[in-house]
Amino acid sequence: MGEPGKEAPSGYQLRVVQEVLLALLVKEASHGYELYARLQLALGPLAEALKESQVYVTLNRLEKAGLVSAERVGQTSGQERKVYALTAAGRERVMTWLDDVSWPKPAPAEFHLKLVAAATAGLADPVRLVDAQRHALLAGLAAAQRAGLAEPSESLSGLLLEGVVLRLQADLQWLEACARYWTSRREL
Amino acid sequence: MVVSEPMTRMGPILCTRGLQMRYGQGTGLVRALDGVDLQVAPGETVAVMGPSGSGKSTLLHLLGGLDRPSAGEVWLGGRRIDGLSERALSRLRRQHIGFVFQSFHLLEELTAAENVELPALLAGQSPRTARRRAVELLERVGLADRAGHLPSELSGGQRQRVAIARALSNQPLVVLADEPTGNLDSAATVEVLRLLDHLRAAGQTFVIVTHDARVGATADRLLTMRDGVLVEETRLTRGGNGQLAALAGLEG
Repeated sequence: MGEPGKEAPSGYQLRVVQEVLLALLVKEASHGYELYARLQLALGPLAEALKESQVYVTLNRLEKAGLVSAERVGQTSGQERKVYALTAAGRERVMTWLDDVSWPKPAPAEFHLKLVAAATAGLADPVRLVDAQRHALLAGLAAAQRAGLAEPSESLSGLLLEGVVLRLQADLQWLEACARYWTSRREL
Repeated sequence: MVVSEPMTRMGPILCTRGLQMRYGQGTGLVRALDGVDLQVAPGETVAVMGPSGSGKSTLLHLLGGLDRPSAGEVWLGGRRIDGLSERALSRLRRQHIGFVFQSFHLLEELTAAENVELPALLAGQSPRTARRRAVELLERVGLADRAGHLPSELSGGQRQRVAIARALSNQPLVVLADEPTGNLDSAATVEVLRLLDHLRAAGQTFVIVTHDARVGATADRLLTMRDGVLVEETRLTRGGNGQLAALAGLEG
């Protein structure tokens, strides 16, 4: 789990963090740290990719856009004291997001064309390129699987890691098909 | 590489040099293995992946002394084994190598505990010592409560875990596994993966031949074999949640 104070690897941020935060506010108004704790629970070991400060930056942005309203509670200053609530516009944004069926796209075309180009130009053996790519994906699979095996079974973040593993497995199956094709071409 | 001296802590526990295996001759000549140099360090888990017919099972057979190479050397625990007599080889297999197969190879008439203690008994241990060891091993693979069950009373994952316990019976220098999850469904595969990962962490040496990317991913080092040659090697490191986050779509 994300240890407090640990620097997250730079450059990563939750793509859909805006909509997720809005959706978490549908049921009731919350403090920023409560929202962050929910995300941590859902992401498990991956939560360290998401800084708590990012949550506050995003909430500020949402407030300026009129999607959430913030009310300061208690005497102390600072963002931790703010309670965020969803506005009507924010609620509408959540509903649109829930209905949206667009899906992060796998991108086989580029790799496919890389193999074609390498073979056509005689630049590299496509089968070797496939092997190198397979190993890169296997390293990712190993990382996801280890993180998954370290989670208790039926854990929420384990479910996310299973998704990562299964997608990589599918990609690896396709790479095997690539290897078969280009191996048979090599023998011609 | 120091292979001519007795086993040292730093040297490989298992290694091959220029290993070749050929079948047939003339135009029918098949080079199942075409010069394989492999070194496995003590406590290391090495996975060999590759398409069927790439030579990975042949390699495993030669490592385990189940077959003899056409050329090249196999060393186990600092001792060259490819030239041993049939009798010496079979003793070596019984005492120093654990085998795990796709189809478990358990004796159906014997209980889990009896299957696990068999190698110790064959190696000349007293029945008492062998039983104590079997009970301990079944506990280690999480099947202490199944000791008296016949294989037919166990699930696929449980059977493979019994088979793994049996492979560990004589504290082998290395466990050789051939498609250990080949006959298992996804849930049972995870069961076996957890066990393999656990044993790997405890320092057991493994060489695993597999099609299954998830099994390959439990290894410390991953090798790909094509046409009888090792063509690609990757060390699978621990950690790296940044990479994981990118794979999960948590990227900017």
